[in-house]
Amino acid sequence: MLRRLASMLIVLFCVVSITFFLIRLSPGGPFDAERKIPAAIEKQLLAKYKLDGPILTQYAGYLGDLLHGDLRLSTKYRNRSVNEILAQTLPVTLSLGSAAFLLAVLAGLWLGAFAAARPGSLTESMALALTLVSISLPSFVLGPLLILIFSIKLAWLPVGGWGTLQQLVLPAITLAIPFAAVIARLLHDSLRETLVEDFIRTARSKGLSEGRVIYGHALRVAILPVVSYLGPLAANLLTGSIVVETIFHIPGAGGFFVNSILNRDGFLLGGVVIVYCMLLMIFNLIVDLSYRLLDRRIKS
Amino acid sequence: MSFSLPKKSRIPFLALSVMVLAVIIGPFLFPPSYALPGSMTYAPPSLAHLCGTDLNGRDLLFRILEGGRISLLVGICGAAISLLIGTSYGLVAGSASMGIDQGMMRVVDILYSVPRLIFILIFINSFNERLQLTASAHGWDWLVGSSRLVILILSLGVIEWLTMARIVRGQTLTLRERSYVAAARVLGEGYWTILWRHLLPNLAGIVLVYLTLAIPSVIIDEAFLSFLGLGVQAPQSSWGSLLSEGAASINPLRGAWWLLLFPSLALLTTLLALYNLGDALRRSIGAKGN
Repeated sequence: MLRRLASMLIVLFCVVSITFFLIRLSPGGPFDAERKIPAAIEKQLLAKYKLDGPILTQYAGYLGDLLHGDLRLSTKYRNRSVNEILAQTLPVTLSLGSAAFLLAVLAGLWLGAFAAARPGSLTESMALALTLVSISLPSFVLGPLLILIFSIKLAWLPVGGWGTLQQLVLPAITLAIPFAAVIARLLHDSLRETLVEDFIRTARSKGLSEGRVIYGHALRVAILPVVSYLGPLAANLLTGSIVVETIFHIPGAGGFFVNSILNRDGFLLGGVVIVYCMLLMIFNLIVDLSYRLLDRRIKS
Repeated sequence: MSFSLPKKSRIPFLALSVMVLAVIIGPFLFPPSYALPGSMTYAPPSLAHLCGTDLNGRDLLFRILEGGRISLLVGICGAAISLLIGTSYGLVAGSASMGIDQGMMRVVDILYSVPRLIFILIFINSFNERLQLTASAHGWDWLVGSSRLVILILSLGVIEWLTMARIVRGQTLTLRERSYVAAARVLGEGYWTILWRHLLPNLAGIVLVYLTLAIPSVIIDEAFLSFLGLGVQAPQSSWGSLLSEGAASINPLRGAWWLLLFPSLALLTTLLALYNLGDALRRSIGAKGN
């Protein structure tokens, strides 16, 4: 456990350093606008945003500020701190992400079990074909498609925006579908492998119903690959939500992230990356612990 | 080795061959005027323009075929790079001692759960200008125009090798216990000779199968980056950038559905063919999934 925490800190340190140097060592600064700023003002700006001095001193200063929980000021959105921006946008991204997470896991598990319970049938191959199509369709195709059908033609749900529960439905579905498909395929494959094992034959010969065999016995073993996919899933959802937020005009952290790259807004970019990575690491820790609870064969 | 494909892989193989040929030869078959902006903007599909025209009056079919060149090029080259990295990493981990193996696989686990595409976004953006400067300083004109493409291929290859590393490492672990490897060791062959002469040839099958599964993920990643405006840039286009143009033109006022439908079909056909080909090949060599 202590080793896990130590390795988390090391990874976080690497993430911070890589991000910092990638941004600071690329040509062009945050104040390179079309209009040239007078040298004196530029110098003051650089001092205000602590971008002056040798690069290693800047780096040390940045690390120091981070330790105090200060993500510094955004160079684009003047006079707003990165902490402030993240405090406003991160809850939005997180609620979208958690809704999509739940949806992906539930729908994926259901479809996977549904397909695996009907081996060799047409239903099974149809379900598997459906998952392949869902994996292959990028979310920026799926999103406009759903908007076209459910918002414009049927007028059931709003086109975009944020705040009400209705506005959450389409983005969450768009974000969840490809990952639900991945989970369905994972569960299907591992269930098919599990269902030929001896303990399943025993369960069947005891006269248990097929439903009890699958959900009571097989699923507990077959779900393990899905559990170890949850960590990567969370990472993919955070990345995917960048696109979904753009399509549905949701004021989340994803939009700020893309803009901060285009605007060379280094500290905002760094802040988003650091917070994302921290969230993911904490999440992974929880997943790891629950994996150990589920699978008694793994000793810690 | 006789060249015969397993039964289930014939249709996807055929579909892929047709797609590759169409993409390579197709653009030459159009009259030159099709490549240029025309007066017919947003024309729905007709006999003259089978897939309709776009915002600037360019023929969509022509653009799809041209975009396919970029998408497939990125997919194949990116997957090849990931294959190179993943195979070497997995091979070394699988044949190393227990401690090193565990450490190397731990790194793979960590990388799996870090949002890698986000780093690639930053990487592409910060190195593109630098590469362009270097290229123009050395007079490499070909690189100046497509520096973004080169970086894109490199960086996508760099992030998609994890699955390959896991597969190769797992396979190496079982191969190293085989008697012919033990025999080679007894005969006094060195570590690298055993890797190169005995392990690598036996991994070729599974590596090629996973290559067909790595290409789709690279193509999808490229589409993602192009959608955000950080991938392929005009005048070059890819299926991803065509799709993002199409997605932008879906609105209540103008339903230019063909701009979304036809690029999606091209992408979908290719990806499905690759997935099915990979699946069929994987079954035929009896490998287990994941």
